[in-house]
Order: sequence, then structure tokens, then C-alpha cells
Amino acid sequence: MTNHWIDIKNSDCILICGSNAAENHPISFKYVTEARKKGATLISVDPRFTRTSAKADIFAQIRSGTDIAFLGGMIKYILDNRLYNKAYVAAYTNAPFIVGKDFSFKKGLFSGYDKTTRKYDKKTWAFELDEKGVPKMDRSLKHPRCVFQLLKKHYSRYTPDKVSRITGIAVKDLKRIYKAYGATGAPGKAGTIMYAMGWTQHTVGTQNIRTMAIIQLLLGNMGVSGGGVNALRGESNVQGSTDHCLLWHIWPGYLKTPRASNGSLDAYNKKYTPKSNDPLSANWWRNYPKYSVSLLKSFFGEAATAANDFGYNWLPKVDDGVPYSWLDLFDAMYKGQIKGFFAWGQNPACSGSNAGKVRQALKNLDWLVNVNLFDNETGSFWKGPGMDPAQIKTEVFMLPACVSVEKEGSITNSGRWMQWRYQGPKPMGNSRPDGDIIMDLFQRIRALYQDGGAFPEPIRNLKWDYLTDGKYDPHKVAKEINGYFLKDVTVKGKAFKKGTLVPSFTYLQADGSTSSGNWLYCNSYTEKGNMAARRSKRDAVNGIGLFPKFAWCWPVNRRIIYNRASVDLKGEPWDKNHWVIRWTGSKWIGDVPDGGWPPLGSLEKPDPKSKWAFIMRKHGHAQIFGPGRAEGPFPEHYEPLECPVEKNLMNPQRVNPVAAIFEGRADTFATCDPRYPYVGTTYRVSEHWQTGLMTRTQPWLLELQPQVFVEMSEELAKLKGIKNGERVLAKSARGSLECTAIVTKRIKPLNIAGTVVHEVGFPYHYGWRWPESGKEDSANLLTPSAGDANTRIPETKAFMVNIVKI
Amino acid sequence: MSKSFFVDTTVCTACRGCQVACKQWHDLPAETTQNRGSYQNPEDLSFDTYKLVRMKEREIGGKLQWLFFPEQCRHCLEPPCRDTAGQPEAIYTDSATGAVLYTANTRGLNVKEIIEACPYNIPRASQDGTLAKCDMCVDRVKNGLQPACVKTCPTGAMNFGDREAMLAMAKKRLKEVQAKYPKASLLDPEDVRVVYLTAFDPALYHEFAVASGYASGITRQVALRKMAAPLTRWIRALG
Ligand code: SF4
Ligand code: SF4
Repeated sequence: MTNHWIDIKNSDCILICGSNAAENHPISFKYVTEARKKGATLISVDPRFTRTSAKADIFAQIRSGTDIAFLGGMIKYILDNRLYNKAYVAAYTNAPFIVGKDFSFKKGLFSGYDKTTRKYDKKTWAFELDEKGVPKMDRSLKHPRCVFQLLKKHYSRYTPDKVSRITGIAVKDLKRIYKAYGATGAPGKAGTIMYAMGWTQHTVGTQNIRTMAIIQLLLGNMGVSGGGVNALRGESNVQGSTDHCLLWHIWPGYLKTPRASNGSLDAYNKKYTPKSNDPLSANWWRNYPKYSVSLLKSFFGEAATAANDFGYNWLPKVDDGVPYSWLDLFDAMYKGQIKGFFAWGQNPACSGSNAGKVRQALKNLDWLVNVNLFDNETGSFWKGPGMDPAQIKTEVFMLPACVSVEKEGSITNSGRWMQWRYQGPKPMGNSRPDGDIIMDLFQRIRALYQDGGAFPEPIRNLKWDYLTDGKYDPHKVAKEINGYFLKDVTVKGKAFKKGTLVPSFTYLQADGSTSSGNWLYCNSYTEKGNMAARRSKRDAVNGIGLFPKFAWCWPVNRRIIYNRASVDLKGEPWDKNHWVIRWTGSKWIGDVPDGGWPPLGSLEKPDPKSKWAFIMRKHGHAQIFGPGRAEGPFPEHYEPLECPVEKNLMNPQRVNPVAAIFEGRADTFATCDPRYPYVGTTYRVSEHWQTGLMTRTQPWLLELQPQVFVEMSEELAKLKGIKNGERVLAKSARGSLECTAIVTKRIKPLNIAGTVVHEVGFPYHYGWRWPESGKEDSANLLTPSAGDANTRIPETKAFMVNIVKI
Repeated sequence: MSKSFFVDTTVCTACRGCQVACKQWHDLPAETTQNRGSYQNPEDLSFDTYKLVRMKEREIGGKLQWLFFPEQCRHCLEPPCRDTAGQPEAIYTDSATGAVLYTANTRGLNVKEIIEACPYNIPRASQDGTLAKCDMCVDRVKNGLQPACVKTCPTGAMNFGDREAMLAMAKKRLKEVQAKYPKASLLDPEDVRVVYLTAFDPALYHEFAVASGYASGITRQVALRKMAAPLTRWIRALG
């Protein structure tokens, strides 16, 4: 989230699309309800009418996988009706930037596409630079090649009629939504988006979010209270684990994982440190080497020296151009290329897209270590449906982990709040905290390397001094993440003693004199104490619910990021009631500002001491035109890999030309195939969580939602002769699933370009291991292993199925 | 001071936190259920289920509504169940809170008569004829805590406090809701301690959302017993 949970209450219009907050983030509805009581409009756009829709002022049923068409239509509406905040767009976004002459978009492809590699050469997407190397701009937004004009042109095709034919939303409903949401473009008004996996789990997932980001920028909704782009995380600590590099392509704090071609620390730092020639651009990532070196110092301590590149070459590098995402790893496992696997706090046999393929892949392992609270479908895959235990040689080890409340540590919630938690009950039985398990594992591995072994340096030199009385100490780790001064130093005129904690990332250095396990968290555990453990209920001066001394928030306790855009050029807030920061004439008050520089003053003669608003961007401006993404600088509607239409009505490319697609027997896909005529999607329900390991085993929750089901319209049920509550079989090109039919008014047949299209939906929480009947299995047996081109997240939210009577 | 609930169904999201919290606090066993083609489960209240979020899909004025009704005993001010039983050791009103409480002694009562007496169709019997229903978490309330369902509710649908405060809250909220839903109403606010607010005709939410047989105010059995009561008291006094 750019904002945070409480801040939802300050919104004037809440769009819930690609998520189902009432069901899956129930507490968020405390704030949604508060906003609504103050008059906010709630819009729910979903493939079915959910418990969120039940509370909405406006509901529209959308065909899964058509969000870019829906949102692209909104961009056009905002532009056509001049609902955008012009001053904001001209000053804070790259709308005025001039794009090079060779940029084009034709027949669904941007310039630079290579058919054979299915990749873009992004050269022609670059901005024109002036003689100083600063992007040329036309703040009047009139230049025919400025981003604003290109945007207009690009979305001119997204007419209400065409959008309606693609999405299935009636034109009048589209217009109602566009009008209500577009009204937040008025200065002082704020609209927010609450999204989750319903937007990300698509072959166009990243671009779904990009489209909304463009809308938020046009309407001046970024940086303001009650606005922002807000990802509702699906686990209490998903934000934290992402910040600390859960994903293969990043190091802690969103530093890049080095590639094989980044041969030295210097080459690595050069490659990933952006350069700006604009004195008004803070270009915050210019500090990259300070963060990467401090990270290496935190990994390797004394052993990391300037002479050995601070141990840079002890860390693994990924091959250039080769992805190592979830889908790729399981594909490699399926092909027998991976022999050992730690399934740590996960249940891929149920959570993995195309779960049938995942279950087959597990058979190829020599060993599998299942670290979890309970046994699950992954640990017991060898005795699952269709498996012959006698034929499976995989050795499975179970390491029981204790549950979160049985250990001390922090979680970082969706709103970026790092919150310290204390231990409640002691771990049950022989279960242990993850920290203890991993420390123990590491010490045993290190012992094996004492007498040599291949490439022992990284293992021998790892600093990990996190034990207290032989046990993992979360405070030591939290301090390490914050970082230490490693020498007596003077930074910015302040003297710091060796061994003390660094007060904030502005003091980190690239010379090895500081360490920090994650620069973004530098400031979280300082000489003043554990900031995450704070519990003050006092609000900030602006009274908008920031509660700055309750827990701690990255970066540097800034509760609403990009907040320099919440004010006009003079530093006066757009919204006088719910203001985030304000310039007093000598300083900023309110939230922690995005840098202490004074306001710009004017665009013609900006204060030379000031900086552009979006300090994390190289050029200091938010990106309406995003030249870094895999499928192009503007989002374009492409159909899901499996879809019910022969043609994409928006352009001749049916699917995302750079989507991650896998080939092989386990990866069959069916589009416009009469055997799989219905659109399918997956989701969660309030009563279960993730693959259900912690909820299916809970009798009270199983009582509420005892069985896997498929929701369908009354019309489809009639067509298939299916009665409400009866068991049916769902089939996709990859697998089948027995489930109970819920025949409901909450899904209606869609009119897609004059054809009736039916959509059905499944919760994905089940697995054969529990309930005892063994008959409730995972909906991911149906879903495809195709992925987004940037993140390679699987497309579990739009695929094709059939439903038959049993 | 006597207590009341205010249940604002217009903000209830049917998360069913209240339903589970009730089972948890009272340590009630889960029922073995089946998906019957609905999210609502169990199908009905039972000896082991005191709180049930009912869900109904309705088309009202051409618009689909999914109506949620977190049902429980209303803790009537003049409870017909209590008056029908006429045995304070089985059913009585707690004077401090106003909670209507059932004891193990309900076992001897005429189950059918008690259930029929309840205008909201609340009490349920176990196999051995003991009756059970919501107890207002009176043990929590007397220790300064809110009822479990109220504590757990994320949206503010479930509210609990002094009766006057709850009635004031209900009336204020009714006004706000009526601006958008002219048919919104408070259900039997003068007769019960669990005051529901609905946006539409209460019958669309649940058959027993408002009192059945309450037209006359009380059921026949109660009327009879009430008439007999002074006489019994008089006889007792003599005795
Ligand atoms: S806890 Fe509150 S919101 Fe959830 S079902 Fe109960 S009354 Fe409704
Ligand atoms: S609602 Fe029914 S059970 Fe509850 S007090 Fe009233 S009559 Fe008795």
C-alpha cells in the first residue's frame, strides 16, 4: 500500500476491484464503513456479486481478465471529460515528457517487438533529452509526442461501447462508475483502489496495476490521504517477506539480484544505480551503492572488505535472461532438473497453479523437507489421489514449525507498518520457531564445510551472530536489519560510535563503515529503542489517523508515501481537511515528508533548493508512461491465455505477446474450445485461509464452509440441468475437480460482443488431506501455469472450464 | 443499568466472526454440515448454535441485494418464553443486565410450548429436552467485557451497551439510513434488548425478523398464564 489501512476512512470514493475486501480483508471494512458513513461512494467490480458487492453503492459484473479494458475506458472518460487534476499532472507526472520519434503502437504491438524471442527491445520507448541530458518537457501538455498526447491517442480506442463488448459491463454502468470515480479528480477529493490477487494473477497482472496507477496520477490521487494504490496483502506478513526478498529477483530492500554478467561489485552498482542530470531530481536510487555495500557488510561482517568487493562474489548470481520464479522452478522440477526442495511455510500441492503438474513434479525429487505447522498435501503428496506410493522414491522430512503467536518477532502489514509481537504461549510439542530451525540448519551446514567442500567461503564467512543462550534472538536480527556503525565515524557533522545503531538510511555509507540488512528498515530499531514496539495512540497534528508513534512504518516512518504530491507548488495541501503535509514557510509539518526540501514554488522558476515530487524516480516524476515494463509503456488489453473469444476486440494480438507460457504435456491450454466453454476464476472466502491448512482443520470454520464449491448462474444451471447443492465435476484442459454447485443470482450470464458467456468461480482453499472425506480438493487442479511477463505470477484468475453433472 | 444490543444490518458483511466467536466463548461444538448450495451454515439455530448469520439473495426494485441477518435471542423485555415457563429456576431475567437466561432446569419444561411461545423462534432443545440460546455473554458482561460477538465484529454492526445509549444510537443511525433507504426501520425496539436495523422490509431478511403473533403483544399461552399469575401468587401468599 502507498497509504495504509486506517487511511481508507479518509476516501471519497473507494473502488474495490480485483479484491473482495469484505470477505478476505474483513477488518478493512471497519474503515470502508467509516468512509461510507461520511458519504463516500463504494464501487465493487467483480466477476460475481460478493459480500463486498452487497455493501456497494454501485456494482458491475466484469468478465475475468478484462480489467485493462475496463480501466482503459476510465482513462478515456477522464481525459474526454477533463476530470484530471491538470496542475498535478503537469507538475508531478511525466505527462509533459517528450517521447522519441520512433516510438509507435501498431496492431497491438509497441515498437521494438521481436517475434522469435517474444521480447521487446525498449530502445524506442526512451524520452527525448536536452543537451544536458534532462528529458525534454512541455508543461502545457500540447506537444504531439508528449506523454499526455500519446496517452490520449492510445486510449482513444477504449470507447464505452467497445469496453462493454469486451468486459460484459453495460455501457450505462460503465459511465456511472467512471463518473463517480472520475469526480475524485477535483482538487481536495480522493479516490482509492483496494486490489489483491484478482488483479495480479493474470498474464497482464502488472499492467492491470499500471493502468490504475495512471488513473490515480491523472486524478491527483497519489500521495494524498484517502487515495493511493493499495495492494491488500493476503497474509499478515507478505509485505514484510517481500521487503526482505522473498522473491528471486530482488535482494532485501528491493535491490537487484545480481546477474552473471555483473562480474564485480563496481559493475553491479554501476548497472543498477540510475543517473540523472537534472539538479531538481532527488533520484533517490543514486544511493544504491550505500545500500548494497551495507547489505554485504551485514551478511559477511569483518570478512567483507573493499579488497574482496565486500564478499559480492560469494553470493549467487542468476543467469542473464533466465527466470527463476515459482512457475519456472516447478517446471524445472517437473522436468527432473531439481532434486531437493524445502517447502517452507507453504503448500504448493494445493497453492500452486496447475497443482496436478506440481504434484507430479514432487515425484522427481530425491528429498523434500516440509517445514510447516501440520502435515499437508505437499508433505503427503506420495499418498495423494492417483499416486502409487510404491513407485515414489522421494524421501520426505517433516520439521514442525510453531505458529506465529508462539514466537517473538515482527510482521509488516499491507500498510508497511512493522509491528513487534510478543510471544504468547510456548511452542507446542517439539515444534520450533522458523528462526531456530534455520539457525540450526545453518550451523550444521557450516560444520560440514569446516574441512573444505566446494566454494566454502560464503558459508564460512556468513556473519550470522544471532544466538543468545544458544537460541535465535529476534532482537539481534531486527537490529542487524536496521544496521550498525562499524567504525567511529562522523557523518553530516554528527559523530557516531562504532557498534551503535544507525539512526536512518541517510547515514548509510558505501565504504564499509556501516551495515544494514535492509536499508528500507534502517530507522526501525535505533539507539532510541525498538520503534516497531511502540504503541502510542496519539495522532499526528493533521488528525487523519497516521498514529506516527504506533509501531513503525517504512520508509523512515512515512505513513503515506509520495506525499510531496499531496500539496501544490507552494506547499499548500490540495485537501485542506485531510492534509498529509503542509509547508509552514520554513518547514514541513504533518507526516514525515518525502524529503525535507522546500516546495517547488513554481514550474517556471523552481526553487533550486527544491526537488521534484516523486523522489524515487530517476527523473523525479511519476510514470504515466512506463518505459520499463516487459509489454510496453502503456497498458493494453490482451485476452487471458485461455479465453472465450476468438478475437481481441481492441487489437489483433489476442494474448500478451510477452506472457510467460510453458509448453509440455502438463501445460495444455484451451481457447474457444467447445470442450471448455465457460470462464473460470478462483478466489477465497472469509471462512478459510490460503490452502486451508490452518482453517480446514478447524471444526468451527469447516462448519461454516465444509466443501469446495462452484458458483454459477441460475441460467447456466438450468442449461446444464444442475440443481442447487448437488455435486458436479469441473474440468479444465489440465485437471478436474468434484465440487458442490451453488446456483446463485449473484452471477449472471455476460453479454460479450453479442454472445452469451457464462462464468463460474471456485474457492481454492481445499485439499484432499482434510476434511476427512478426502473428497474436497484444490481448485488449482484446474488453473494454468501461464504467467505475467514481469513477475511471472500465474494466471489463476481467468481460465476456461466445463461443468458436468456427475 | 440494563443493557441492550444495537445490530446495524446495513453495515454487516456476513463475515461471521460473531457466529464463530459465540461458539468459541461458549465452547460449543461444531456441527457436521454440508454445503447445501448456500454460504449460510448451519442451516438453522440449534442447541449448539446460538448465533446464526442468515443470508438471503433478493431482487428489490430491480437490484440484487444480499441481505445479512446475524440472528440471536432478542432478550425480550417481557419474555414470552420465560412467562410461558413460569419457573424462574429454569428461565429468568437477570435483573442487572436484563439478559434472559436459561438454566439446566429447562429440561423439565414443555419444549414445544416454550419454542412456540417465542415470537422469534429462538430456543432449541437438546436430545434430552434441555433448552439453550444466547445468554448475552452475561459472564463477560458482568466482568466489564462486551459480548463475544460484539467484541469480534469488525464493521460496527454489533453494538452493546446501556439500553438508553443503544436506543439513541439506533435512532440516530436509522435517520441516516432512511435518507437512502426510506423503508428502513428498527425492529420491535420497544419490546426487545436486541434492536435490529434493516434497510428493507424485515420479512425479506428472515421469517422471524420481527415478532410473529406480536400483533396482540403477547401469545395466548402467555395471556392465560398472566391472568392466572395474580391468583397463583395470592394462593402462595396464603399458603
Ligand atoms: S461479526 Fe459483525 S459484520 Fe461479521 S457477520 Fe457478525 S454482525 Fe456481521
Ligand atoms: S427472543 Fe425468544 S427466547 Fe429470547 S427472550 Fe424473547 S422469547 Fe425468550
